[in-house]
Amino acid sequence: MSGAARPRIAVLVFPGSNDDRDAALALEGLGAEPVLVWHAESSLPEVGAVVLPGGFSYGDYLRCGAIARFAPVMDSLGRFAAEGGLVLGICNGFQVLCEAGLLPGALRPNASLSFVCRDVRLRVERTSSPFTSRLEPGSSLTIPVKHGEGCYFADDELLAELESNGQVALRYEENPNGSIDDIAGVTNAEGNVFGLMPHPEHAVDPLLGSTDGASILGSLIDAARERLLTAA
Amino acid sequence: MKATILVRPKPGILDPQGEAVQSSLRQLGFPVDGARVGRVIDLEVGNGDIERTRAELERMCEQLLANPLIESYEIALGE
Repeated sequence: MSGAARPRIAVLVFPGSNDDRDAALALEGLGAEPVLVWHAESSLPEVGAVVLPGGFSYGDYLRCGAIARFAPVMDSLGRFAAEGGLVLGICNGFQVLCEAGLLPGALRPNASLSFVCRDVRLRVERTSSPFTSRLEPGSSLTIPVKHGEGCYFADDELLAELESNGQVALRYEENPNGSIDDIAGVTNAEGNVFGLMPHPEHAVDPLLGSTDGASILGSLIDAARERLLTAA
Repeated sequence: MKATILVRPKPGILDPQGEAVQSSLRQLGFPVDGARVGRVIDLEVGNGDIERTRAELERMCEQLLANPLIESYEIALGE
């Protein structure tokens, strides 16, 4: 199909999202065709992947991400994911995916209770996923975080499951928020849904201090292109 | 009917808010040995069928009001 050279990738926009345009800009710069999709849409356009951006959807009421799960577009997202569609949640997007049950675990207030906003170093734990295929196993990435509730939690049983399935894709080298086992990003068991607290879309240009985020978004774009070509 | 839902961080879950509250109370001179911070949700619900309302409240807690992975809840049903 014509869009495959520049694969279309949806970026969902919730009331209170604030990194949607940055995500779209980064995807565009890396060779995708981003499409902003308002939360009230009842269906997704034909895309190779969907990104849930950072921000404060629905004012973080009740728990971060808890209300966004009820947005009309989320039903389509659930079906898209169930059919193997690629879904990336960044920061608040990660929180939304956990609350929606599309990713395991939960995100709690940072152990320090402080909002953290700085570059962090991440260790790449898994490269056999559509989100990390451009990365080298065991390599380090520098990507910024900016969140107040990024403390990842999973109970012992779930942690064992995540580890044995290889679902932990990224870990913090220095834990900024108290996340259990330094977990910075996890996939679902099938590997087609990925959430992380760091912001790859804010590390795509030397002017931003790092271009390491481009390899995560670039991996996603490669995989989205492949999916669209296969489907065509 | 009035219903009150108490949502708490589960035992063993790190509660930095509780720790901050404890440390602040100690600074005020109160010898507090522990603090956990949860959430109260007051609801107006039901049509008088207590059993049915209680079952509904359970589902509300499981599906939205608490995150069962990290929070426990208690339901108190009033008049």
